[in-house]
Amino acid sequence: MNDKPHLDVEALAELQDVMEEEFEVLIQTYLADSRSRIDSLKEALLAGDADQFAKAAHSFKGSCINIGAPRLGALCFEAEQLGKQSSLAPASGVLERIDIEFSEVSRRLQNFDSEP
Amino acid sequence: MKVLIAEDSNSDRLILVRLISGLGHSVIEASDGTEAVNLFREAQPDLVLLDALMPRMDGMEAARQIKAIAGERLVPLIFLTSLTGARDLARCLDAGGDDFLVKPYNRVVLEAKINAFNRMRAMHQALSDQRDHIRRQHLQILEEQRTARRVFDNIAHTGCLDAPNIRHHASPLSVFNGDVLFAAQRPGGGTLVFLGDFTGHGLPAAIGAMPVAEIFYGMAAKGFGATDILTEVNRKLRRIMPVGMFCCGLMIEADFKYGSVRAWNGGLPDAWLVRSSGDRVPISSRHLPLGVLEPERFSVSMMVIDVSPGDWLVLMTDGFPEARNGRGECLGEDGVESVLAKLMPWHEPFEALLAEMREHTGLPDLADDLTLCCLQIIEPGASESLPGKAPESVLSGPADWHCVYELRDRTLADFNPLPLLLHICLEVPGLRSWSGEIYTMLSELYNNALEHGVLALPSAWKTSPGGFSRYYQERSRRLEQVHGHHIRFSLSHQPGEGGGTLTIVCEDSGDGFDYAEYTAARSDVPMASATGYAGRGLAILRRMARKLRVHSPGNRVEVIYDWRLPGTATSGGAALPTNEDSE
Repeated sequence: MNDKPHLDVEALAELQDVMEEEFEVLIQTYLADSRSRIDSLKEALLAGDADQFAKAAHSFKGSCINIGAPRLGALCFEAEQLGKQSSLAPASGVLERIDIEFSEVSRRLQNFDSEP
Repeated sequence: MKVLIAEDSNSDRLILVRLISGLGHSVIEASDGTEAVNLFREAQPDLVLLDALMPRMDGMEAARQIKAIAGERLVPLIFLTSLTGARDLARCLDAGGDDFLVKPYNRVVLEAKINAFNRMRAMHQALSDQRDHIRRQHLQILEEQRTARRVFDNIAHTGCLDAPNIRHHASPLSVFNGDVLFAAQRPGGGTLVFLGDFTGHGLPAAIGAMPVAEIFYGMAAKGFGATDILTEVNRKLRRIMPVGMFCCGLMIEADFKYGSVRAWNGGLPDAWLVRSSGDRVPISSRHLPLGVLEPERFSVSMMVIDVSPGDWLVLMTDGFPEARNGRGECLGEDGVESVLAKLMPWHEPFEALLAEMREHTGLPDLADDLTLCCLQIIEPGASESLPGKAPESVLSGPADWHCVYELRDRTLADFNPLPLLLHICLEVPGLRSWSGEIYTMLSELYNNALEHGVLALPSAWKTSPGGFSRYYQERSRRLEQVHGHHIRFSLSHQPGEGGGTLTIVCEDSGDGFDYAEYTAARSDVPMASATGYAGRGLAILRRMARKLRVHSPGNRVEVIYDWRLPGTATSGGAALPTNEDSE
């Protein structure tokens, strides 16, 4: 259902090229932002606020696409769609997969430099 | 360029800042819509990148506010979005966005878009600057025209255009269309009217009008006639105007006392004499316009027409016959003539022509580029009641003096000494108020001495119908042959209480004439024939002077003229008993 790669290596390489010595700062900023966005998603789900859930998922999706984490971005898109449809019941499953994918992305990004 | 980036995602903003700084632009950052609007107002960036979805104020609303603040300034606004629906993207543009940039950001696309908007922005700026420049220049031109108009008015005051016997239509800004219209009373009575039409329009035409106004009014006040003024105007324009620029002109010198009009038309449409009987005489152009010919080749030969009180002269610039109706047809000189042909006797041509023009164009107001002037011939003397010049302050000057001025042979033909003699007399403080009478006396003495004394022309010719032209032709012919003749003026002035006494002796080298017979003949002719010329001259002198002496054999005439400053007592010799001696 989601066969996108965890990381878009080509996009990340270009970002590295653009950001130069600030690449590390960018990665850390993305990771910190993402954690707070996952928290926002959880809060919205608990509160049953579908609109807030959709907005948070939308913003999260944007930064994932930009940083080069397409699979996580695709999961956020799913969450956004559910929020827009106010179907919060299946959303908790998606959020769980977001959590797991983020851990994966996070681990890979931390080690990105060492990747071939 | 200064670029405002409004994006709530810290990592996305980091990437954009880096990308745009890398392109050499300066960056200011906002993390929500409200901050973006505030920063925009403070920092006035040249380009805005705006995330569509942001906390506090979303991108759509921020875009609307930013565009409102920017006003006429073109500030390209690019939405940053991961929106994918066509409708969502369209909403961004509806909110005032100029374009959008879809995540993930592509460095090449971003650079291309920024460059494209920078070009558009620069072009818009250039157009706005040019528009503002043109707007400022237009205002400046209007202001300059107003200033130039004031200067022009100071030189070319209305003269006697407001006199009851003159009707005219001229646009207030006609000078910028190249049209000029001047009218002045001559010091000894009679009226000069000049209508001119410069080639071109705007400032160049107006600049040419200035010296013409100066010459016309300056020389007219000093007593110069139409021929001298035309000669001077042509000389001046020929000197100052570039090739291809000239002035079509028409000069009228109306002499109400002699009942004659002398006219010169160089390049203007036919002017017309419309007699009170309804008869018409065209005054056609027979000369090149002013400013074309070298002074040596310029001809001031004038057409001479007998006129009577009630006759009208009709002058116009070519804007009048060339005025077009809705179908683009000109009124034409034929149209003008047919209006004049339909005039009832004693009807005014001015109103009839204006009415025809309104009917022709279908417009209530006349266009700016046409000038029309009508001058009515009036009873001699009536013009004296017209508004004159303001009296000049009495300054110190020569009051007790004597001078002799003698003109000989060729100079009698080529030179008019009256302005010079008048000028000498008017140097006497206070005497300027009587310039009209003095000019008349000098002019009568000089013309008698020249025409009857030196040239021995019989004045009886002038009484015959059409004799006036013959008289002038013969005058010109005889002037060419003058040899061994002179006219000598002896002028003296002595100051008196509140005025003084001017003595003018005019002596010529002619045979003189039988004054007694002349006087007798005159008494047979009732003065009712005021427009007749014969016998008129001495009567005028007698009326003005305290004493008039004609020394035998009639070629030396002496006039003693008393004058007072206005308001001190009755002036001149008019109130004193007539006193004539004959030796």
